[in-house]
Amino acid sequence: MQKSYLKNSRMDSVTNNMVPKEETIRFILDYSSALSVIDYKMMKFEALLN
Amino acid sequence: MKQSTSSDALLVSAYMKGNESALAELVTRHKQRIFSFIYSKVYDRDIAEDIFQDTFIKVIKTLKRGAYNEEGKFLPWVMRISHNLVIDHFRRNNRMPKFANNTDFNIFSVLSDSTLNIERQIIKGQVEDDVRRLIEELPDDQKEVLMMRIYKDLSFKEISEQTGVSINTALGRMRYALINLRKVIEKHNIILTN
Repeated sequence: MQKSYLKNSRMDSVTNNMVPKEETIRFILDYSSALSVIDYKMMKFEALLN
Repeated sequence: MKQSTSSDALLVSAYMKGNESALAELVTRHKQRIFSFIYSKVYDRDIAEDIFQDTFIKVIKTLKRGAYNEEGKFLPWVMRISHNLVIDHFRRNNRMPKFANNTDFNIFSVLSDSTLNIERQIIKGQVEDDVRRLIEELPDDQKEVLMMRIYKDLSFKEISEQTGVSINTALGRMRYALINLRKVIEKHNIILTN
């Protein structure tokens, strides 16, 4: 009884097995592959190369 | 196999040296904790996906710029970034409250987009072309009055002044122009609706 009152019902919906979608991961990895940072005279430029 | 046992610091270092698979390993290793953390704050799967993605975009930019200096504390650093992005999300939402539709009321039932979609734009263009071609077939005097009234938006008084005919004649020409257009449209079953 005590347990059911102490348990946060909202937390029940958050399982520890939640993972992002595969396409989100793919996007991140593709973004990383495409991004290159170019150093030029103390400055850094980001370039996305597809 | 060697990579899966590498510490985060080693993977971060490898990634900063250009080893892209090190990032994949880091993401795989920590995605569940980071995503669950974000979801536990926002309770919306789509928003959690967005924040997770933005978190790693920041991580990637920082690492590629060589600006990371917290070796050995990769996960707490990423969690801090995601925490800040969650705060940004709530700040943004407070400034611009989100209206969520429910089964009783849908905001799109009262809001509509009056702009034409591409298909309707094309149809509108075709209808206007057809009308223009039909007008070209009218006798010159009728065509002149119709063009001045509809396209140049002149009053019948102005039309009578410019064409040198009486207002009644201009009105009559306009009437016949419309009658003739209707006749041609009906005769050829031309559909002029969008």
